[in-house]
Amino acid sequence: MSTQTQEDLRFHRRVPVLWWIRKRSYFVFVMRELSSLFIAWLVLYLLLFVRSVGRGEQAYEDFLDWASSPWLVVLNVVAFAFVVLHTVTWFSLTPQAMVLAVRGRRVPPAAIIGAQYAGLVVVSAFILWLVTR
Amino acid sequence: MAGDEITLRVARYRPDKDREPGWQEYSVPLRDEWTVLDGLNHLKNEVDTTLAYRWSCRMGICGSCGMNVNGEPKLTCATFLSDYAPGPVKVEPLSNFPVIRDLVVDIDDFMTKLPRVSPWIIRDEEQSIDDGEYLQSPEELDAYKQFSMCINCMLCYAACPVYGLEPEFIGPAAIALAERYDLDSRDHGARERLDVLIEHEGVYGCTFVGECTRVCPKHVDPAAAIQRYKLKAAQESVKMFLLPRALRR
Repeated sequence: MSTQTQEDLRFHRRVPVLWWIRKRSYFVFVMRELSSLFIAWLVLYLLLFVRSVGRGEQAYEDFLDWASSPWLVVLNVVAFAFVVLHTVTWFSLTPQAMVLAVRGRRVPPAAIIGAQYAGLVVVSAFILWLVTR
Repeated sequence: MAGDEITLRVARYRPDKDREPGWQEYSVPLRDEWTVLDGLNHLKNEVDTTLAYRWSCRMGICGSCGMNVNGEPKLTCATFLSDYAPGPVKVEPLSNFPVIRDLVVDIDDFMTKLPRVSPWIIRDEEQSIDDGEYLQSPEELDAYKQFSMCINCMLCYAACPVYGLEPEFIGPAAIALAERYDLDSRDHGARERLDVLIEHEGVYGCTFVGECTRVCPKHVDPAAAIQRYKLKAAQESVKMFLLPRALRR
């Protein structure tokens, strides 16, 4: 009845569902995307923590009890691993997205990455000081 | 001697006969100076004239001979057989494109996407020929040179999972080319290109997998171009939101 057109003869390959385990770089990318969920969880965890502090000593004690339950410790260890992955991968990608020039000269990528780690150390040290003073 | 040969596992698809692509194995001489393309040319000339693939310059300039070699998008003229010894070497058509025949893919989609970013110099006002050429300093040339090295080989499209999953995505090479003209001191077309790239299938389709940059044989770094465009687009959106109409641009 109808003649086959050029379009009908082309072969369309499907992207397999597990395309992201075929290559290390794809896998790291998907893990980096997944890490955002754990970042969101830790933000929520921090807010719950702050709320319990605001509600007085009993609420704070209850929060500590809840926080030391084994499943929550496991979850937070996993979340921490993902936060490290998130930080390292995004820090290393920053120079690609940001071109900084100082006095007409391009700032080398290593300097941008280094500045981020330096910032992280400064902020972490400040928080450590704030908590332990 | 068997040691002087290497097996090529070549994807075959003959649309008049096959319902789906299959594999065919060939043995080709393994010589230090032979690329995968040399192997294919040997097959075409000496063994199997029905094999279909694209090639032209053999020197990494024309961008025609892109194929997946052992799953990685490569220019086959710059990929040496000896690097894959003892083999076999799997040669497939570039991923993410429909296959027309054997190793030949349909590139119509790419060809319609490229001109959408107006990859040419756009002037607010053309200077007359009497005024001479548009001069550029070495620094102004350096600003865009890297992005001008693209040879349209489409390896970045084959490597991009976003393009594979969402074929509407305009893709790495087109955005890198837009950036090439945006950064050109002679050009005034940035606004025009941004209007195209700010759409969903433009820069925001990209999730920064970064594989386009890794496979680029010319070190164009399309991933960087895309992220810088996102930054530009975001700044533009903030300006639209905050500034009164008269102060924009």
